[in-house]
Amino acid sequence: MTEITSLSLFELIKNIKEKKISSNEAAKSFVDRSEKSKKLNTYVTENFENCLKLSKEFDNKPNFDLKLPGIPIAVKDLFCTNEVRTTAGSNILNNFVPSYESTVTQNIWNEGGILLGKLNCDEFAMGSSNETSFFGNVQNPIAKNLVPGGSSGGSSSALAANLTPVTIGTDTGGSIRQPASFTGTVGLKPTYGSCSRYGIVAFASSLDQAGPMSKDVKDSSILLEVISSFDKKDSTSIDFKRNNYSSELTRNIKGIKIGIPKEYRVDGMPGEIENLWKKGIEYAKDCGAEIIDISLPHTSYALPTYYIVAPAEASSNLARYDGVKYGLRSSGESLIHMYEKTRSEGFGEEVKRRIMIGTYVLSSGYYDAYYLKAQKVRQLIKKDFDDAYNKVDAILTPSTPSSAFKIGEKSNDPVSMYLNDIFTVPVNLAGLPGISIPAGRDKNNYPLGLQIIGKPFDEQTVLNIAYSMEEKINYKNNITDWWME
Amino acid sequence: MTIDLKTVKHISKLSRISLEEKKAEKLADDMNSIFEFIEKLNELKTENVEPLTSIAETTLRFRDDKITSDNIREKILKNSPEKNDDFFVVPKVVE
Repeated sequence: MTEITSLSLFELIKNIKEKKISSNEAAKSFVDRSEKSKKLNTYVTENFENCLKLSKEFDNKPNFDLKLPGIPIAVKDLFCTNEVRTTAGSNILNNFVPSYESTVTQNIWNEGGILLGKLNCDEFAMGSSNETSFFGNVQNPIAKNLVPGGSSGGSSSALAANLTPVTIGTDTGGSIRQPASFTGTVGLKPTYGSCSRYGIVAFASSLDQAGPMSKDVKDSSILLEVISSFDKKDSTSIDFKRNNYSSELTRNIKGIKIGIPKEYRVDGMPGEIENLWKKGIEYAKDCGAEIIDISLPHTSYALPTYYIVAPAEASSNLARYDGVKYGLRSSGESLIHMYEKTRSEGFGEEVKRRIMIGTYVLSSGYYDAYYLKAQKVRQLIKKDFDDAYNKVDAILTPSTPSSAFKIGEKSNDPVSMYLNDIFTVPVNLAGLPGISIPAGRDKNNYPLGLQIIGKPFDEQTVLNIAYSMEEKINYKNNITDWWME
Repeated sequence: MTIDLKTVKHISKLSRISLEEKKAEKLADDMNSIFEFIEKLNELKTENVEPLTSIAETTLRFRDDKITSDNIREKILKNSPEKNDDFFVVPKVVE
């Protein structure tokens, strides 16, 4: 039989329901493999013993009606977990143990999921390579010294290395889709307002969304169905009719109109990305979709807009870390001195840089020139999509402008790092659902992803297109376990 | 536009982040390259565009003004770096 850890979530659930595998056997397999995979540095906090204990309890009193019956799951360390340390990849939260649970993780436990551990990420989710984490770099299981993407880099690495059957990440500018693309996995950012932000360490509140990461599209549909819910505790949670994403999943996308935006053909884009995109268009046609050329004229303004809006919101959100209520405190003679030292020692370089940018663009005399201007351009970017959706049902683009890069290759040049998110950021600014699916490889054999963007609240169409194309693409991971001890 | 050292120091004060001289210079360089990239927005005329303040096109909901949690004082104080009984402790503020 195939190893338990290489099963898809769907297969694992099936085996557990048919009593061929117990929850405890599954937990043991993932814990064992995780223990042997410390070189990847995916876990910030392990919950292995507790996971084994809870899996036994599940087996003693199983409930097979649940959607995730006794399934062990590791999650990004940006989700607050009751009584389990939550760091957001930062020194300032190094010792923080929440006394409450995020809604998204609570939804998972309510359906029978069991916490395996908390996964590494860029500090406060600010980064595209997991290199800004206080807890160190994460290795991409694809090849040695390759970044796993970010900010959900621990999640993408653990998933691709079969240390967890599925995982959840958060996506503010591409932090689910870009790491999925870099590791040959599937990552879905839902519509803004579909998954509750309650209990997620805040970065940029008008952009942050939680979403599933999985080995295939079907698994993402199963997990989305569990985590997407209306929540009174999040004032921007939206009460809309959610689909039964997994049971409504279909490969029949005949007649669906897919738009190809000409502005995504950016200067300096490698030929392999261009070819991947062309192949993707052929796959979509083979699936029965109708391809239509569209224009999203303000695409090139999305990144500059994002690098005003996101730092502005971050500078405001991160004002709460003051060394008083929780987290790190450095000693200082006065209250102000204590604040300044705590924040200087507690935050890493990238986080400080973004707080400073955000403070600057919100400061007296600059608000109109930067923040208000960015909000106006954000309106134009959203309108581009609104106009396009009068003609098409979804949009197909590459996920990233390159494959995974080496650790250290871009960490000294913030702007070149930011360019990683050029294709994903517009989706966050417009609040739309988007998925990245593995679609091919580059000359180094590193995975490349394609992104499908949908209408607001139309995750089902996004999933269906991805499910249909996935079958045609037939991507197979070729991971060699090089890191195993 | 360039961000000089004086501005960086002013922003660091506003951000409540103390900054060493050497790091301030590096930060000024980084911020200048980021702002150069951001300046692209000035190509667009936006006089007649409404700013997009929330992507969720609904007005924020109000909740009932009722207490929903039990006595959680201990839970709130639990993670505090310094406390005594029922209070957070901070360096002396008033002489």
